[in-house]
Formats: sequence, structure tokens, C-alpha cells
Amino acid sequence: MSIPVLKFDAVIVGAGGAGLRSAIQLSEAGLKTAVLSKVFPTRSHTVAAQGGVAASLGNSEEDHWHWHMYDTVKGSDWLGDQDAIEFMVRKANECVVELEHYGMPFDRTDNGKIYQRPFGGHMSNFGEKPVRRSCAAADRTGHAMLHAMYQRNVKANTQFFVEWMALDLIRDSEGHVLGVTAMEMETGQVVIFHTRATIFATGGAGRIFYSSTNAFINTGDGLGMAARAGIPLEDMEFWQFHPTGVAGAGVLITEGVRGEGGILRNANKERFMERYAPNAKDLASRDVVSRAMTTEINEGRGCGVNKDYVLLDITHLDPNTIMKRLPGIREIGLQFAGVDCIKEPLPVVPTCHYQMGGIPTHYSGRVVTPQNGDPNTIVPGFYAAGECACASVHGANRLGTNSLLDLLVFGKSAGDSAVEDLKAGKAHRELPKDAAEKSLARIAALDNRKGGANVHETRLAMQRTMQNHAGVFRFGDLLKSGVEKILEVEKAARQLEIKDKSMAWNTARTEALEMENLIEVAKATMISAEARKESRGAHVRDDAPDTPEFPNGRNDAEWLKHTLFNPADNTISYKPVNMQPLSVETIALKTRSY
Amino acid sequence: MERADYERLRWRCIRRALLELDITLTRFLDDGFDQLNDEQQQAFAELADMEDYDLWDLLTGKAECTDPRFAPIVALLRKS
Repeated sequence: MSIPVLKFDAVIVGAGGAGLRSAIQLSEAGLKTAVLSKVFPTRSHTVAAQGGVAASLGNSEEDHWHWHMYDTVKGSDWLGDQDAIEFMVRKANECVVELEHYGMPFDRTDNGKIYQRPFGGHMSNFGEKPVRRSCAAADRTGHAMLHAMYQRNVKANTQFFVEWMALDLIRDSEGHVLGVTAMEMETGQVVIFHTRATIFATGGAGRIFYSSTNAFINTGDGLGMAARAGIPLEDMEFWQFHPTGVAGAGVLITEGVRGEGGILRNANKERFMERYAPNAKDLASRDVVSRAMTTEINEGRGCGVNKDYVLLDITHLDPNTIMKRLPGIREIGLQFAGVDCIKEPLPVVPTCHYQMGGIPTHYSGRVVTPQNGDPNTIVPGFYAAGECACASVHGANRLGTNSLLDLLVFGKSAGDSAVEDLKAGKAHRELPKDAAEKSLARIAALDNRKGGANVHETRLAMQRTMQNHAGVFRFGDLLKSGVEKILEVEKAARQLEIKDKSMAWNTARTEALEMENLIEVAKATMISAEARKESRGAHVRDDAPDTPEFPNGRNDAEWLKHTLFNPADNTISYKPVNMQPLSVETIALKTRSY
Repeated sequence: MERADYERLRWRCIRRALLELDITLTRFLDDGFDQLNDEQQQAFAELADMEDYDLWDLLTGKAECTDPRFAPIVALLRKS
């Protein structure tokens, strides 16, 4: 079959923050650049980021990139690569100022500087006291950021392919990446984007969990494509959870609700946090609260028919306080739980929020993979940035406001690296004859299969397996059985059937293709989590508890290393954490406590 | 509404920037959309074209819905 071929210097898959930032670098360098997106760029999930972007501008009080670096290494529970972290925090100011020049409407101080506010985990003087480091545009930072960068791209003549879904990475026999196959949703037509540089900026895959704050679009398409092309996935056991998402919906209930006096209760109406954190109670840190909630549910004290959630009670608060101090919470309760929180408690569960792992990259944005004994061999022509990539700056746990910084710094860095590589003058390499075969075969299989698995049911089975076996608080036996279960779900995911065979706007087909990506991420997560026998950052195991020998359950002697999941045969290898920063001394291992 | 138009609208409802809208709009498409007349379906499609926060503000009452064509749809979405 003859497939149309579109030739570009570069293709960027994903038009969220990282994709738009890298596209600016390429287009402004005069390179012919295509950006593919499943949705209009300003509908990317970056829009949902409210907190701000971290940069040690020091506009409100003294600050330094070295302090920011310390906080990020500590936040990562020492799993972050210290060269990449130094690179990120030192580029932060430049990236924020650039964004301001693109027209980003940052909040300002009275003297006209960018206003900065404090955010959890960001401290001055190496962990001494909170510092104001977050730059924000009201509570719509991600939204404003995307608009500013989209406009800049329009000016720079970036070519957008909106409502296109990338299907597969194209590699030649030497492993060079030559572009992607993609499907135009309006027509169902499959097209080859033949390029000299391919940048993945496809965001996270939070939809692998039953309860997720992520929008439906976060289906890990870049990770699925990378995995199918033989690229390992790094540190996939590390997912950040938020304690209070609305049960069954995932919509976030802000921590402010507990701050205003909200109480968590189990099925016996008991205020169970008194047992887990006698002093802080419901205001204990996110991980402590999440673990307590999971323990209550696992020990049969959950609420509802399936005993699978706990209650967040604010019925004792004055309704006026709720309306005034917690705007929008009543609407969220009514809309997503069918509960008026003034009269009844809200059902909540720990909810997946952010993916720390991803496609392994160097801080230059170039994708790296193990080859001939070198774990960081560059994959020629392939770059990744943002939540889909693992540089690794977040390590085992991300600090708030470092995600928007990540996509700015590494989006730009991936773009710069691609420009540098392309300026070296390499021509388009010849496409393999079967460049689109894999994608066409996947679509044909979906269209022709009879008696296969239902997409919705398979997705639900995956999400429940991930939630129950690899949630916020993990148990050795559950992880073990979780591996068996997710491999069973994988069998179904390889045999999906769709009823609608139309070419134009076939959303059933698109969702089936997304499911084939999600399952790669779910499998990588479960197997990587089962293998890591310590607790570190967001990966907390019941059988790796806090002891004098292993504070917080962390075991540096054995586990100070990155996981690499090899999707070809479901095996795991490891590579060292880079403890050597670019210009300063190593931030030495320490117990992480706040 | 023609199949292709409906499916395009569906995609633009089930893949939003905000999870809140994913859930609300998907639910409405599955349960309420068929009961709208042609004009109301068109009004819904225009609402779905709005920026996520603008639409969410309408649905939560943070912003006032002044367009008489949209008001009944917004009321239905709030109940969906």
C-alpha cells in the first residue's frame, strides 16, 4: 500500500508545554517543523497546572539556584541525576524571563518584578526555611504559558497538525529514528512524517490508574511508541499520588479542605488519622495521609458497597466558611460525587497525579538507551522532554512547580540539541520499505478482529489492577499477583475489537490505539515496582519499613540506581544514578525528612 | 447531526485539558445530548468549543451565562 510521506526537518509529537517550547527553538532556527497533537494545543493537559513554575529569581527574598538544586535532589530522595538537576535549576531564570518576553502575564510585585510565592518543599539556605520561588499567573499558570508559547509558534511558522494521533516510531536497521507514522482523525488516513529529528513531548500516562487526576488525554502515547520501538522505560515505579481525589472520578479536592478543618473518617465514622499521626492528624504530609487511607481500606474499614473509599467530612464547618474559603468544593462534590458536602461527607481515595519516570534522556533532551555496556548511548535522531521523559530530575518524587520548569528547560534543551544536530548537516536517511507496516497492521487487526476484547472493559481491568496492586502504598504479595494480573490484561489488550469500522472520526479506533499505549506503561510500572524491594520517595512498600538501618525504608547500598524496563521481554536492568553535578560538589546522601 | 460531525464533537468533548470537563461532557453526551433539538445541539457544540476554564467557570457558576441560547444547556450540564 502506498502511504503519503510528508518531509520535515523535525516532528514534535505533543503540543503541551514541552512540545511547544521545543518547537519554538526549531522553527526560530529556520527549520521546517511539524507539531502533531490529538487536540488543539491550548487544550493540552499543561492547562491544568495551577501552582506555578519554580525559579530562584530572588524577587521577593534572597534565593539561589544551589538551594533549589538541594531541594530538588532531596525531593527526589536522591534518585534524581545531579547533573540534570543542576542543569535545570540553573536554566530556570533564563527560561522564565524568556517566557515573560513571549507575553506570559506573570503576577507582579508593586515594583513590577515577577511576583513569587512559597510552595511545598522549596526552601532557602539548604533546607532551612520556606522560600518564595514559584512564579505564577494567578491559578492559571499552565494555561497562560501554553497561550504565550502557541502564539510564539504561530509567529515562527511552526506547522500544526491538530487532531492527529502519532502511531509508531520509525527506526532503521541501525537504530536511527526517522520520524513517525500518524493518523489524521478527520479522514483516518495514515501518513509518514519523514524527518531528521523526532521529539516526543506526549505528557504522562496517569490514566493507567483507576483513580487519576489526569485528564483522559494522558494515555502515555509516547511511552507506548518508544516501548514498541525497543526503547526501555526508566523508573516507571515512581508515581506521585494526591491523598484526596473524589472516589470514582479522580477530581482533585484541594489540601485546603483539610487545612480548613476537614476530617478523614472510615466506615465506623472514626477519625482514623488520630491513630497514624497523633499530632498533625488530618494535616499530616501527603504520603502519610495516603498510606493511612490505603491501610484503612485494605483492612476492611473503607466505605461504600465495595469498601473502597474513605470520607472527607466538613459537615461540622459553618456553610458560610465552606462557601467563602473553599470556593468550588461544593460544586465538585455535587457534580462528581452526587454529594452536598455541607450536609454529607465526600468520598475520597488516594489518586494518581504525576509520572516521575519515562523515556530515558540525557539533560540535553537526547534519548539514551543501553548499548554495548554503555547505559546512556544516544539514540540518533530521537529526543524527549516533559512528563513523558526521564532526565531524571524528579527521581523518586517531584517537587511542586518543578514540572512546569521541567517542560520549559528540557523542551528548550531538546529543541536546541535537535537544532545543533541538524545544523551538522545530516540529510534525511532513507526510509525502510516497511516504515508504516507495523502501524497499518495494528489498525487492520483492530478493524478485522472478531470476538476480541472490549476496549472499555480492558481499560477498566487495567486501571483496577493498577490501583489495587500498585497504588500509593504497596505490598509485596499484591505486587507479585499484580504482575500476573497485568500480564493477563495485556493479553486482552493485544486482542482488542472495535465495532465501528469508519474511516472519519472513528473515536473507538483512536481509543483502542490509546489502550495499546496505556498497557505498555501499566506493565512497565507493575514489573518495575515489584522488582524494587526498598521504599524510596513515592514508591513505599509495606515490607520495606522505616528502621534504624534503613530510614524511611530506603536502602542506598542496594537500590541507589535507576530501573530500566525492557518491554521486548519484560526484563529489568539498572543503571547508576549520576551523583556528579556539573560544577558543584555532590549533594551527599541523607535521610529525607521535612 | 451527521455521524462525522457528532463523532468530531464527541472527540472534542472526551479529550479536554481538564478532567472535570472530560467527565461532565462525556456524561452529557451519553445521557442528555440525544434529547436536545438541532438548535440546542448546535449551542452545545459551541459551548464545547470554549476554552476549558471559561466553560468550567460557567458550569460552576463562577461566571454568569448571559447568552440565552446557552443558559438551558448550561443548566442541563450542571445537573448531568
